[in-house]
Amino acid sequence: MSADTPKKEALFSAKNRRLLFNPLNKENPITVQVLGICSALAVTVKLEPAVVMAISVTLVTAFSNLSISLLRNTIPPRIRIIVQLVVIAMLVILVDEVLKAFYYDVSKQLSVFVGLIITNCIIMGRLEAFAMGNKPWPSFLDGIGNGVGYGWILIVVGLFREFFGSGTIWNFPVMEKLGVYNFGYKDNGLMILPPMALILVGVIIWIQRARNRELIEENK
Amino acid sequence: MQELVNIFVKSIFIENMIFAYFLGMCSYLAVSKTVKTSMGLGIAVIFVLGITVPIDFLINKYLLSEGALAWISPSWAELDLSFLSFIMFIAVIASMVQLVEMVVEKFSPALYNSLGIFLPLIAVNCAILGGSLFMQEREYETLAEATVFGLGSGVGWLLAIVAIAAIREKIRYSQIPAPLRGLGITFIITGLMGIAFMAFMGIEL
Repeated sequence: MSADTPKKEALFSAKNRRLLFNPLNKENPITVQVLGICSALAVTVKLEPAVVMAISVTLVTAFSNLSISLLRNTIPPRIRIIVQLVVIAMLVILVDEVLKAFYYDVSKQLSVFVGLIITNCIIMGRLEAFAMGNKPWPSFLDGIGNGVGYGWILIVVGLFREFFGSGTIWNFPVMEKLGVYNFGYKDNGLMILPPMALILVGVIIWIQRARNRELIEENK
Repeated sequence: MQELVNIFVKSIFIENMIFAYFLGMCSYLAVSKTVKTSMGLGIAVIFVLGITVPIDFLINKYLLSEGALAWISPSWAELDLSFLSFIMFIAVIASMVQLVEMVVEKFSPALYNSLGIFLPLIAVNCAILGGSLFMQEREYETLAEATVFGLGSGVGWLLAIVAIAAIREKIRYSQIPAPLRGLGITFIITGLMGIAFMAFMGIEL
């Protein structure tokens, strides 16, 4: 909340709530804005890396939005891209070092994709579209909203791929405990392979647009 | 020489940037409406990858990795600056893109007119940073290997984007369920193409 607002706006006014919740569905970064798909798909083989990635991206988006919004009046427009990249890169380095220190296994699984948060288009996209022209608190909420909107797609895809691909949820062997292997059930190896992530996201888009018909694209 | 050819073929087909790692998906989905523009972007990606990967290789080898600073004085040999690699790589990419844009504009206006609008887009294309990070992770030994890997990844990316653009040009005439139109069907087609590309996975090089 910046102190210079003459009339103090409520911390969670209707407008701010919209910033927080719209990206979950109607303005979802992945399925509607088509941002940040690069890293979204590769980390969803299992649930755990997907959750870690979702949290990291949410934090980086929120705090980079916040810092760029604080700096927005001092950044010369010509070099704004490089300023934004430096801020993002700094936050990503922090995330990377924390992951390496506390969750080394997950950090190894994510490999280069932690570094690739830097070029995740969600972050640059939100900085350009929102944080450069808005106050810090709404920008922060917008960052959280978009991060979570990105995260829930990751988590849904990760859940399906882990459940059908390896028969586990969060490394807990559900299928084995249910005893379905005794009836000749086999894990679907195709779910673990990269192309299935794309097809699953395609199906999510299909369901979302069938329920929300205003999102359907014109046939050009 | 054999080794270099292996890396080249491997980075085009087996470890294709799009189908195996989903890198550069954003511009892949956004710019693949016609074959002509996607060709332009693809060539620009090959160009930039071919320049930035070798530069980042040199930076990584002589400045950042553990013991790399030993050439200054032996007492610096213990320094490990690899945590700075993200920020160095992205700075190199952003400035190289700017530089390439200026050089092309000055010396070849015709090329600039066809590539020009795509060059700024490339600074935030994940395929470029991904190329550098994979180069670091896989520990390529020589400059030639890194260059070949960069060029090969670029060619693989071009192949993928031109293929999807050609399919999207044709698919405009088909009856697709309304909610799948545009983005949805592109995702599913990319998935199917990925399955086709997996045929290369068994090849041992």
